[in-house]
Amino acid sequence: MARSTLAALSAATAYPWHRLVRPGDWLVLAGGAVLTAASAALFWQQGAAERAVVRQEGQVVAELALTVPRTLDVAGPLGTTVIAVEHGRARVMSDPGPRQLCVRQGWLARPGEMALCAPNRVSLTIAGGKGAYDTLAY
Amino acid sequence: MASPSPGTVAIPLGPEDYRIARLAAAAIGLALVDAVIPSPLPGVKPGLANIVTLVVLVRYGWGAAAWVSGLRVVAGSLLLGQFLAPGFFLAAAGALASLLVLAPVARLPRRWFGPVTASVLAALAHIGGQLLLARLWLIPHDGLWVLLPVFSAAALFFGTINGLIAARLLAEADAGPTPPPSPEKS
Repeated sequence: MARSTLAALSAATAYPWHRLVRPGDWLVLAGGAVLTAASAALFWQQGAAERAVVRQEGQVVAELALTVPRTLDVAGPLGTTVIAVEHGRARVMSDPGPRQLCVRQGWLARPGEMALCAPNRVSLTIAGGKGAYDTLAY
Repeated sequence: MASPSPGTVAIPLGPEDYRIARLAAAAIGLALVDAVIPSPLPGVKPGLANIVTLVVLVRYGWGAAAWVSGLRVVAGSLLLGQFLAPGFFLAAAGALASLLVLAPVARLPRRWFGPVTASVLAALAHIGGQLLLARLWLIPHDGLWVLLPVFSAAALFFGTINGLIAARLLAEADAGPTPPPSPEKS
């Protein structure tokens, strides 16, 4: 047991890790790191959320800047849908729809995110940045 | 060795067949170890079995490495109950992409490019092949590419470690006098 530990120790000093990496290997490692960073820059670009776009029957009824907190009432065939805007995010506060899906979606903060109150024909979309996604739904 | 009974077709086996079988068995064992290591994200795995592929590539060439890799994917998936499941096809696509990349990589000058290069490039090709198949077949949506930086970083990390281990094993074997593990001990 002690002998094998000794052997392992002497082997570790005989083959230090940095000696096992050859000059070209460093080049490949650097290239791989650049590739990883580039893919992150390319695929993780998100842009800032700038506006909340509210539509009724497909027509834009309001574009609200996400810098000013406010609420907005939108009239639809079933009643009034209330949109709330806070700093950097927006949500559907209340909606006359039976299943409340768009209300339960909560705050939307990323460009492309969308809450759809289909029964009342109201939609809320976050716009801004480069628009990395057409739409995001969960 | 029992002599083949009448009606049995015996396939003549050369020493190379036994060697590939032995190395593939080692790779399959490591693949099973790999499978039980918990992973934060499906697809991020150390890929320990590739250490065997790398050593085989340097020692016995690309053909042997392809055999060991292929046998490991098929037999490993059989043992894990994954054969012909989506995971099997992803593993096969990854292994195929790795082998395609390793063919030219094996011809690079040894003095400048060691097992670490082969390991990192094969690991990157592995995730490339897997993501491509996943994008074309399993999840046909461009949102999949959001995972690429994560997989790429993992490939870089584990590829480097596996390459270092393979380089160490090869350096130790080259250094010589260490006798092979004596059979009477076990």
